[in-house]
Amino acid sequence: MRVSKSPWLLHYDGSSCNGCDIEVLASTAPRFDVERFGIINTGNPKHADILLCTGGVNSQNKDVIRQIYDQMPDPKVVLACGICACDGGIFKDCYNILGGTDKVIPVDVYVPGCAVRPEALIDGVVKALEILDEKERAFKKEGKRSLTSSEYKALLEEKAGESETKEDTDASES
Amino acid sequence: MIDIRAVISIIIYILFTPMISSLISGIDRKVTARMQGRKGPKIMQPWYDLLKLFSKEAAVVNRIQKILIIAHFVFALGSGVILFGGGDLLLMLFSLTMAEVFLILASYSVNAAYSEIGAQRELLQMMSYEPMMLLCAVGFYLTTGSFYVSDIIRTSFAPIVTMPGFFIGFWFILIIKFRKSPFDLSTSHHAHQELIKGLTGDLSGRLYGFYELAELYEKVMMLAMVGLFFLYDNPVSIIYAVIAVGAVMFSMSLIDNIFPRVKWELLLKYSYIVTLFAGGANLLILSLFL
Repeated sequence: MRVSKSPWLLHYDGSSCNGCDIEVLASTAPRFDVERFGIINTGNPKHADILLCTGGVNSQNKDVIRQIYDQMPDPKVVLACGICACDGGIFKDCYNILGGTDKVIPVDVYVPGCAVRPEALIDGVVKALEILDEKERAFKKEGKRSLTSSEYKALLEEKAGESETKEDTDASES
Repeated sequence: MIDIRAVISIIIYILFTPMISSLISGIDRKVTARMQGRKGPKIMQPWYDLLKLFSKEAAVVNRIQKILIIAHFVFALGSGVILFGGGDLLLMLFSLTMAEVFLILASYSVNAAYSEIGAQRELLQMMSYEPMMLLCAVGFYLTTGSFYVSDIIRTSFAPIVTMPGFFIGFWFILIIKFRKSPFDLSTSHHAHQELIKGLTGDLSGRLYGFYELAELYEKVMMLAMVGLFFLYDNPVSIIYAVIAVGAVMFSMSLIDNIFPRVKWELLLKYSYIVTLFAGGANLLILSLFL
């Protein structure tokens, strides 16, 4: 598959403590050198195939993440890197933290760890490449595109609505 | 009367350049990686990058952007056809300038901050390398008596003998042309994230692929210009030309890894100094004594 042979990576730092970011940088440095897989750390969403998010999502950066995600051309995958990006981590209960990256955009691969080790990160990227292959196949054959952030938002709201009504019925039954 | 050899070399140029140029860029990336103590990507990585870009969706900002990028590609390809077809060196340089102009217009057309700064810097880069490029054509004319590439390669001695200054100047502007480190102001091949890729910031998918393809063609064209300094009426000179091209490519990688990026004022200053003292002095001597 073509895209997985040269996956270009875009790193976005949400409200991370920078631990994960330093590990992301470490994986591009000589010791781990992700460039041997053809990975380039681009700064440009329009050139990127993989969005790598570190840190939780807060009220200030949720729109930024949405915009970055929507600017990336299909096929694309999202990697939540570190426990904060997966579900909010130790900052989960803070008043300003909404939770993990999947609160605003669809996430394909979760890489846990605090901070995430470069080995785990590379493992996650390799997993992401498999998904990227699948997505590329679907995109070429059926023209299937990834969800846009607004579609994802609607989906989340629908789900939340369902669970709310379910809770309501549960409450009324009891 | 159509020259069969010219037609064959044009066809070879059009068909095989993307592959060969990718290989050259791949070796460049590998050498860079080894210099930094990394393993580096596969040798054909630029080729995979290109294939990927053409299989991705293109987020076209406006219709004019698409037309301009295709025009950039066509003119870049066309100038190579002129060069490899043995055509007029001046025409080739003007066609190449035209290609650059289309690229800059495409960048301006998207109306985005980073693209615009990139385009402005690209204009500055053009300002700094364009005089030397034209001087080189003049130098070839003074040495061989013709602007035609087919005549230049049939001289009795290698043009480098009478135009070492032009060669130094041309080598210097190649750093700008190849978007290598001290002078990669508008955009770069590496993951430097200043300006978010600047000039090419708003190209995506297939459009970016066309840009990259044009870059690959341009690269081979520029290396052929390097070869032109060494080619003369003797098949052995092809070996000299290949060695020279290899040495130039290696020096580009080396410089790329040694020097940090400079400001545009320094770019203009250095390139004009080199143009004046290397190109200009050589021109003066040539026009006085030949």
